[in-house]
Amino acid sequence: MRHTMKVAAVVSVAALTLAACGDSGSDKPSSSGSSSSSSSSKKSDIKVGMAYDVGGRGDQSFNDSAAAGLDKAKSELGVQIKEAAAVNGENEAAREERLQQLIDAGYTHVVAVGFAYAASVGKAAKDNPDVHFAIVDDASPDSKGANVDQITFAENEGSFLVGAAAALKSKAGHIGFVGGVNVPLIKKFEAGYIAGAKAVNPNIKVDSQYLTQPPDFGGFGDPAKGKTAAEGMYQGGADIVYHAAGGSGGGVFTAAKAAGKLAIGVDSDQALTAPADVRPVIMTSMIKKVDVAVYDFIKSAADGKELTGNNVYDLKAGGVDYATTGGQVDDIKTKLDDYKQQIIDGKIKVPTTP
Amino acid sequence: MNRLSPRRIGLALAAPVLALLVAFVITSLVLTLFGDPVLEVWKTILHVPKPRQTVQIVNAATVFYLSAVAVAVGFRMNLFNIGVDGQYRVGVFAAAVFAGQAWLPGVFNVLVAIVVAMVAAGLWAGIAAYLKVRRGVSEVISTIMLNAIATGVVSWLFAKVAQRSEGSNITETKTIPESSQLEGLKLIPGATNRVFTLVVLAVIVGVLYWFVLGKTRFGFDLRATGRSETAAVASGVNVPRMVMTAMVASGALAGLVGMPQLFGQDHNYGTTIQSGLGFAGIGIALLGRNNPIGIAVASLLWAFLDIQSNALQIGVGVAQEIVFIIQGVILFAVVIAYELIRRTDIRLEQQRVARELAAQRHSTAATEGAPA
Repeated sequence: MRHTMKVAAVVSVAALTLAACGDSGSDKPSSSGSSSSSSSSKKSDIKVGMAYDVGGRGDQSFNDSAAAGLDKAKSELGVQIKEAAAVNGENEAAREERLQQLIDAGYTHVVAVGFAYAASVGKAAKDNPDVHFAIVDDASPDSKGANVDQITFAENEGSFLVGAAAALKSKAGHIGFVGGVNVPLIKKFEAGYIAGAKAVNPNIKVDSQYLTQPPDFGGFGDPAKGKTAAEGMYQGGADIVYHAAGGSGGGVFTAAKAAGKLAIGVDSDQALTAPADVRPVIMTSMIKKVDVAVYDFIKSAADGKELTGNNVYDLKAGGVDYATTGGQVDDIKTKLDDYKQQIIDGKIKVPTTP
Repeated sequence: MNRLSPRRIGLALAAPVLALLVAFVITSLVLTLFGDPVLEVWKTILHVPKPRQTVQIVNAATVFYLSAVAVAVGFRMNLFNIGVDGQYRVGVFAAAVFAGQAWLPGVFNVLVAIVVAMVAAGLWAGIAAYLKVRRGVSEVISTIMLNAIATGVVSWLFAKVAQRSEGSNITETKTIPESSQLEGLKLIPGATNRVFTLVVLAVIVGVLYWFVLGKTRFGFDLRATGRSETAAVASGVNVPRMVMTAMVASGALAGLVGMPQLFGQDHNYGTTIQSGLGFAGIGIALLGRNNPIGIAVASLLWAFLDIQSNALQIGVGVAQEIVFIIQGVILFAVVIAYELIRRTDIRLEQQRVARELAAQRHSTAATEGAPA
């Protein structure tokens, strides 16, 4: 009995430790969420509260892209900001509470980063008609409201371009895709990537793997899992791996470097944001301009025109793109831009499910 | 020795209090080490919750309580069911799919769905029980494995039934009909949100747990098996059957864990459902010493820490994961404290007996030595 108790204590403490490790970024207590005061010369009476997805500021990917938009608004428009990040595995009440706390603290504009906030944004928007909301990655009736800016992206179109780039650059005719969590949003990345690769080379082999299954969203913040998955693909013969796995992507880059192969980044231009030692292996990145969308939302508010409804950021609107940092795709740039134009013109319809 | 002597009560309370103090000190040290505002953090965590937050605490505690009692049933028999997390997910998924079909009207749908959850989760736990009884596989190993398998099986089945509304990135099972959604109880004055109706479930489970384990033959057999298997066998207990029953009962209770949230908040099983509840239950059962009241207090403490920490990021600028440190230290400290106190208790008991014996010997010696 007593022995069981000791084992139990060790296991449950281990579970807590794992939970704490699961979400990177916000486990650096001294750095997160400390940017409350506005030191800008220009002052605005707009106060922006930002609720990040799991991983928070510092994930070098999705959340950081949103953070970049917020930082730009802070320096250019002089808005006051406050940040908070989600905890892995939290329930609906915790998300509602996070938004409500921001509103209670007097924030007039609340940005929710990630589709998990859909229902909670819808509820908070109804309860607080004077507060304006933006939600990234959701356009469902759940979050719809007169005071809600629903921001969505055509990730499949951007992924099509990096898929085409991978196929053009692959010598083995064999590439890979690592998804963070098996959810429809990430499948959209996979679908576009495969379609782009097949458009270049119909016989190309594409390995796909997802790191975790919902409700475990740890796959967006677990570099070790990303590394293992990518290592397997490189050993199996793939020479380029694209990741849509948030913070886990760091592991994909490490694996690429160790194997002497290439990788493709996601959300941010990761050849600029990743640790310096792995930057050379990042051939290109599928940029999802969450920063532009977040900035648009705040800028419009500052101009007195609040954004509402579903705002789609696709290739045509410049919401998604491929990155050219490092010059590794310069030789195929004309081909990629040709595909880009065809998608914009509607000549190529990119699928959203693989 | 009377179970309710002042010394016993004092010692029983000493352990959790000591553990809380240790957690307080260690967390403060960690905060200081990283240059975070210690005072502000404690002020935020210990502030009086608003009505809205009180409701959240009660709701979170309800869920924790069910999870911890599920674990405790196993503990009382020396069975370590780490699989509550997997059993919970199997149960809530089964119930969500069933209730979503709306085959039954209103409350009947809820009641039968609860039974469905218990059966599904109980059967899932039954696999581990069967492996232990028939093949001697440690339930610790098998339930951990079954957690991983539960994730896979549920994801696979979920992919078959999941649907997604236009423009949404969340997939979920069919939403349960409005007539079967439980609106909640207005227990806390001044709060806009409501306490889960199925808080009732936690109360019923608590009372049943106390009654069945403490007042019935079955409960006695179960506890006896937990204390000493050989002694239980000698007194005629069918141990394999007890293992089977206790494990399945633990699993069936784990099936209840997801019910308050399913009917009171989420109304379907989706990709954003809460995870890790089974593991919280292990810690809470430990802290509450498997006692129905103790677990209730521990659940409330856990929920209090969880909910109060929501304000840390926004109010103080400290990551709310600091709460995991507090909870982890409480657990470690409480186990160590219980052990220390057990030893102190034994030593005090030995001293008492020695003193009484000495006094007895002294008095007999005195009578013997008295001149006639």
